[in-house]
Amino acid sequence: MSDRKYTKDHEWIDVSGGEATIGISDYAQDQLGDVVYVDLPDVGQQVEKGAEAAVIESVKAASEVYAPATGEVTARNDALDDNPALVNESAEADGWFYRMKLSNMSDLDGLMDAEAYAAFVEALD
Amino acid sequence: MSADSDTDQTILKTPLNDLHRALGGRMVPFAGYDMPVQFEGIMAEHTHTRTAAGLFDVSHMGQVRLVGDGADAALERLIPSNVRELKPGKQRYSLFLNDTGGILDDLMITRRDDDLLLVVNAACKDADIAHLTAAMPSGIAVVPMPERALLALQGPDAVTVLDALVPGVADLTFMTSGSFDWDGADLWISRSGYTGEDGCEISVPEGKAVALAEALLADARVKPIGLGARDSLRLEAGLCLYGHDIDTTTSPVEANLQWAMQKRRREAGDFPGGERILRELAEGPSRGRVGLKPEGRAPIREGAAILDADGANVGAITSGGFGPSVGGPIAMGYVETRLAEPGTALFAEQRGKSLPLQVATLPFSPHNYKR
Repeated sequence: MSDRKYTKDHEWIDVSGGEATIGISDYAQDQLGDVVYVDLPDVGQQVEKGAEAAVIESVKAASEVYAPATGEVTARNDALDDNPALVNESAEADGWFYRMKLSNMSDLDGLMDAEAYAAFVEALD
Repeated sequence: MSADSDTDQTILKTPLNDLHRALGGRMVPFAGYDMPVQFEGIMAEHTHTRTAAGLFDVSHMGQVRLVGDGADAALERLIPSNVRELKPGKQRYSLFLNDTGGILDDLMITRRDDDLLLVVNAACKDADIAHLTAAMPSGIAVVPMPERALLALQGPDAVTVLDALVPGVADLTFMTSGSFDWDGADLWISRSGYTGEDGCEISVPEGKAVALAEALLADARVKPIGLGARDSLRLEAGLCLYGHDIDTTTSPVEANLQWAMQKRRREAGDFPGGERILRELAEGPSRGRVGLKPEGRAPIREGAAILDADGANVGAITSGGFGPSVGGPIAMGYVETRLAEPGTALFAEQRGKSLPLQVATLPFSPHNYKR
């Protein structure tokens, strides 16, 4: 958790070995409002850094979630299929989206740590 | 994520703008106005309106009087509904039509002792006033009422709450209205709305709008509701949103709004686009507005193409989202008439995927009007 990195698109990424777990930040879920559906990537799917990896549907609109790094999806959070509200309740823990095997550790260069992300969010409003 | 509207000098504000901000409203621009899209959250506000009483600020909409003898006959030239037979206090839903039988706007018309009161959509307000002004003969005045705010209180507790503050409101029935005095202010209250629930719309002088809103919010059964829930509520109720489900290309027949055209007008066809509309009434339209229920959990949004099993394009989604009371995604759209039967299995194309959905009867959530 202390090594968690954040992107400018409000995703968080935890890395352990060459594997990463990805979700969206608490700030992001608050901005989105009630989540009613999450379109997650399939296990085995290749995702590209900066390209769409998932889609979150709130009551009003769909929002794209971009992959913070390139690699292969190794797990998806099936709990979100029946309980998309988990994203609102626990965006930074139980509401994780998917796990992936990283192709390039250098994809994580330039991502923000928790403190930098907090400052980034502060500056937005 | 949303633009800060404080820097936009030209954005309009309703009399309740400060109150919305004080209540924690998340503000967005809508039809040129700075409006709250949500307070507590869209799902909570939607559910609260269906179970208690939700308070909406709809002051951005246009309230317009038509004054003068023969105003009813003059108005009839622009719409396919009866106005001459409309009795004092009675309200009717209607449509401004263009020469090709398409819809310019939908509106509510109320007969009052001294005028006809029209309520039109905010986005069409200026165009509607111009349209009326050009059409009215001399002797009939078109009088916009920017000095009046408009609130809506909707839900099973709405009338009880309002009657406690404004005695006599509970005697109104659906689509009837009247004049009431509250704290020195003259209110015009109709028992109608845009949610499918029982409730009222309240026209109030702008100087008393905040006091009235605060008096209503002081009742524990009332919560403030934003435009986000206003949209999910009307979609569940199967009600059209102008510019989306109805527009200048859709006729009242295609839109399944024939009920807004009373018998005398239907038989005469004496309104703009009458030829097309009479033909569609006689032969059936080529397409029709229907409810649509996605089979999965993903909402299917406005603009998605509707395909049949062979992949042929047979229509489009015009409104789509999530129905909190229904517990799943819901939509409305137009499909070829031959495919408009409830239960018909179709597909919608969205983000490269083909999503199954079925034609469904409207409304998704039953109406609770007190007739």
